[in-house]
Amino acid sequence: MSLPRRFQDWFAARGWTPRAHQLAVLAHAVARDTVLLISPTGGGKTLAGFLPSLAEITARGPGQGIHTLYVSPLKALAMDIARNLEAPIAEMGLPVTVETRTGDTPQARRQRQRQKPPDILITTPEQVSLLVADPQAGHLLKGLRMVILDELHALVTSKRGVLLSLALTRVQSHAPEAIRIGLSATVADPDALRAWLVPAGAAPAPLVMGQPGARPNIRILASVERVPWSGHSALYAIPEVYGEIRRAKMTLVFVNTRSQAEVIFQALWEANEDNLPIALHHGSLDVAQRRKVEAAMAAGRLRAVVCTSTLELGIDWGEVDLVVHVGAPKGSSRLLQRIGRSNHRLDLPSEALLVPSNRFEVLECQAAREAAAENAQDTDYPMVRKLDVLAQHILGRACAGPFRPDELFAEVSSAWTYRTLTREDFDKAIDYVATGGYALRAYERHAKLKAQPDGLLRLPHPRLALAYRLNMGTIIEDEMLKGRLAHVKRRLGKRVVTAGRTLGEAEEWFLSQLTIGQTFLFAGEVLRFEGLDETGALATRSQAQEPMVPSYQGGKFPLSTYLATRVRTMLARPADWKQLPPQVQGWLSLQRFRSAIPGPEQMLAETFPRAGKHYLVCYPFEGRLAHQTLGMLLTRRLERAGMQPLGFVASDYALAVWMARDLSLGLASGRVALGQLFDEDMMGDDLEAWLAESALMKRSFRNVAIIAGLIERRQPGREKTARQMTVNTDLIYDVLRSHEPDHLLLRAAWEDAADGLIDAWRLGALLRRIRGGIVHKALDTVSPLAVPVMLEIGRESVYGGAHDAVLAEAADALIDEAMRLV
Amino acid sequence: MPFSPKPRMPSSTRPCGLSRSQRIRLGSMEFIPDLSGALFAPDLRTLLVADLHLEKGSSLARRGVHLPPYDTRQSLLQLGAVMAATGAERLILLGDSFHDEGARGRIDAADLALLRSLAAAADTLWIAGNHDPSPPADIGGRVVEEIVLGGISLRHQPRALRDGECEIAGHLHPAAAVTARGLSIRRRCFIADSRRLIMPAFGSYTGSLSVRSPAFEGLFGDFHVWMIGDAAIHRFPAARVS
Repeated sequence: MSLPRRFQDWFAARGWTPRAHQLAVLAHAVARDTVLLISPTGGGKTLAGFLPSLAEITARGPGQGIHTLYVSPLKALAMDIARNLEAPIAEMGLPVTVETRTGDTPQARRQRQRQKPPDILITTPEQVSLLVADPQAGHLLKGLRMVILDELHALVTSKRGVLLSLALTRVQSHAPEAIRIGLSATVADPDALRAWLVPAGAAPAPLVMGQPGARPNIRILASVERVPWSGHSALYAIPEVYGEIRRAKMTLVFVNTRSQAEVIFQALWEANEDNLPIALHHGSLDVAQRRKVEAAMAAGRLRAVVCTSTLELGIDWGEVDLVVHVGAPKGSSRLLQRIGRSNHRLDLPSEALLVPSNRFEVLECQAAREAAAENAQDTDYPMVRKLDVLAQHILGRACAGPFRPDELFAEVSSAWTYRTLTREDFDKAIDYVATGGYALRAYERHAKLKAQPDGLLRLPHPRLALAYRLNMGTIIEDEMLKGRLAHVKRRLGKRVVTAGRTLGEAEEWFLSQLTIGQTFLFAGEVLRFEGLDETGALATRSQAQEPMVPSYQGGKFPLSTYLATRVRTMLARPADWKQLPPQVQGWLSLQRFRSAIPGPEQMLAETFPRAGKHYLVCYPFEGRLAHQTLGMLLTRRLERAGMQPLGFVASDYALAVWMARDLSLGLASGRVALGQLFDEDMMGDDLEAWLAESALMKRSFRNVAIIAGLIERRQPGREKTARQMTVNTDLIYDVLRSHEPDHLLLRAAWEDAADGLIDAWRLGALLRRIRGGIVHKALDTVSPLAVPVMLEIGRESVYGGAHDAVLAEAADALIDEAMRLV
Repeated sequence: MPFSPKPRMPSSTRPCGLSRSQRIRLGSMEFIPDLSGALFAPDLRTLLVADLHLEKGSSLARRGVHLPPYDTRQSLLQLGAVMAATGAERLILLGDSFHDEGARGRIDAADLALLRSLAAAADTLWIAGNHDPSPPADIGGRVVEEIVLGGISLRHQPRALRDGECEIAGHLHPAAAVTARGLSIRRRCFIADSRRLIMPAFGSYTGSLSVRSPAFEGLFGDFHVWMIGDAAIHRFPAARVS
């Protein structure tokens, strides 16, 4: 099918020709096929999505209701896309209206959008759910012909994607003719996305591949400095990174955590002899601050921005010609996404520099570079069948009007994400929404769904719909506190602190552990903590060079399975070491000499004494989360074996456990066997017993309780913060667990914890992989490979279950002190 | 499948077992703090509990919030366990035993029977609280505004003390945080100086308030806290508490 005349002329006038994939998507759309387009950044993906829509609206004529829903994961992205669309519409003189609708859209505009809907509505996943929960949804969507889903690869792996998939089933019921166009970056498994896009059981959506871009040019920093054994700050490389920034026009410096962003920014600023405009951008900074940085980037007024994943998605903010990645990228897909931020032109290679912050990261960077060169992606599967999300959707359905459970079940199971949902679970979810779903039927009188004589379920009060609109969504933030600049005065001998401008937000747990007078890094400055008030933390600027409190952690990504495999393989082949820097080669050769280098399917376990304790260090390379869980389980087993374990520390690569008894001796004498220690059966009762008590489970329950609407974050008429929630979810968890352990929400929390927080699936795969393949070395002292993880000891905090022990230790220390004084 | 998400989990009733090593002295009396949040006076074989907030869970039902309706049962089982463990002959509830005036009407029949049997098992005194200014009269036991026990005033809300007066109160739901090993650990606690003791809230759904918050200002001189850990009570001086 060829492009309408007006469009051809427009392309021609700009000296462009439509790309093959743009025409292919158009052809599928004309044939009314749902289609998936996979294309790298800069491939004209957005236009490919819009071309069919613009052509159809032009042919149909304007003002006939919403024709196209465009769903983008980011609010800011929605705005930008709307702006970018204005140009071709104006230049072609198309009779097409475009509007955005996000959480920020004022009520008046929403009202107007209902009365006079635009042809194209650009919006976010949450807004689609709100739209279908509207009693007028049928009317608003009856002319809908297309749903374009942007950044689909990023959406489907989260609960936002699961909620969207349910909202789309409602859209489909209102507009059976509508097709979906999925837009995605390159993924390892396109088939999952193809299935996700269409109703369960239907033939997968046809796939259109965009033209691949030029291979990125990725270097690994060959530092003249010594690469540190451990740590994540990469401060050794600052002068070299600064040199790169000086040579480039515009550099994006990606880091993995917010704390790293603060540290790197601070160090670059100190090295900044030329006073280059360098800025900081991360999720904790005040929104206004972030917008300012983005605007300065777009205007070309900056030379570098230190950022976290906040700048990973989205359209161009400027002419970036170099991406520096500090720390290992942890996954090849993430690396490719970030590299794609530079040079948004397909014909030119992106320029990227990887800066490993320790020796293991050198291996990881090398693996990531090879993976990126092959354009190999990590496998991230779409998230499916979340019961808390289903509960939220059911309430939303009731907000739109009375419904028949049979029909809703059929509709929900038509989503690929819920194709395995049983009627029993669905009925339980209905019961949960209605009365909490408890065996003790305490809430029949106050049910949120009431059965009418005709079998329809109905919301008994409009107030419930208002509560739904205020609380819906699946993004649960950590409890955050605002950080504000303060002024401290002495008045009549009293310390008076007055609050000033807001700097940003930080995790409550971090701020609440600070004591007055301590200094910490935040918003690019060293600040002195002055106390908390009802609005949050107060701080003043400090003259100190070094903060006293090491900074807080943002989200830490675990090493992806795919990269882990590559690192293990590289390690196992000494012939490949030649690509590594000499210091790292020397380190590995020494390891081979002193201990052993494991094969790709083996796991090395070393035991050695040190400073009166006995250590077990193993190297599963499965990422920090899986290693932490393994550490918990191993210590339980070592306890039972009488080894008196004292603690453990996990890194992305290794796990070290220390104990009072001599494990080398225990293994030699046959009292303990490594095969049994690492047996897969630890995934059963041990895991269950530990997890039930763990803080991870409570956190997971909190998220589920909020998403499923057990707890309301906001109440009509007043904004409630998470902190002031009526009842602490930890207490609810304890009570529910003792009295109704089979409750729907506990199951949902359990499933989340299993596949998200503790990486149980990965741990299971590890234990199967190493069965019969554990290489044990009993050593006299620490091996070269063990040094990095040993250096982490003391830097890492103690985990959940040990809090009581810490308290006892602290109280005992006081007693000791008191005794000495006697 | 390597991992079976079966939700069978052990019960989480707080362990009750009086802490042998920890005692709290107030006036001429000695008390033993319990992991459940109760306080036992061995000389008088009397058990004190504060702020049960029974039926707090169901109090939100009218708004469409359906919290697990087991908080009352959980609190009562806990109370029964600590009564049995101490062999208490007298039970004194320091107010806010019921979350609101409607609590009596909402309580489940089985829970009501359990509550009655507990009240009958000991000489039971209900001190009125701000949430329950007149606790229901049909449970058993007597209702009082406040009472003196072994020379110590027992009341719901702490008050300005007369010369030489000692007091045990509830109402404030104290919790304390201690920083150690880079962790800030927060727990419910008993807080006391030489004249006043405030008990932690006993109820399953009761939140807690930091002893450093303004509500505690002016109540204590040089105090200690007894923090309730998972398996032991830990005592800290004021200087360690943040």
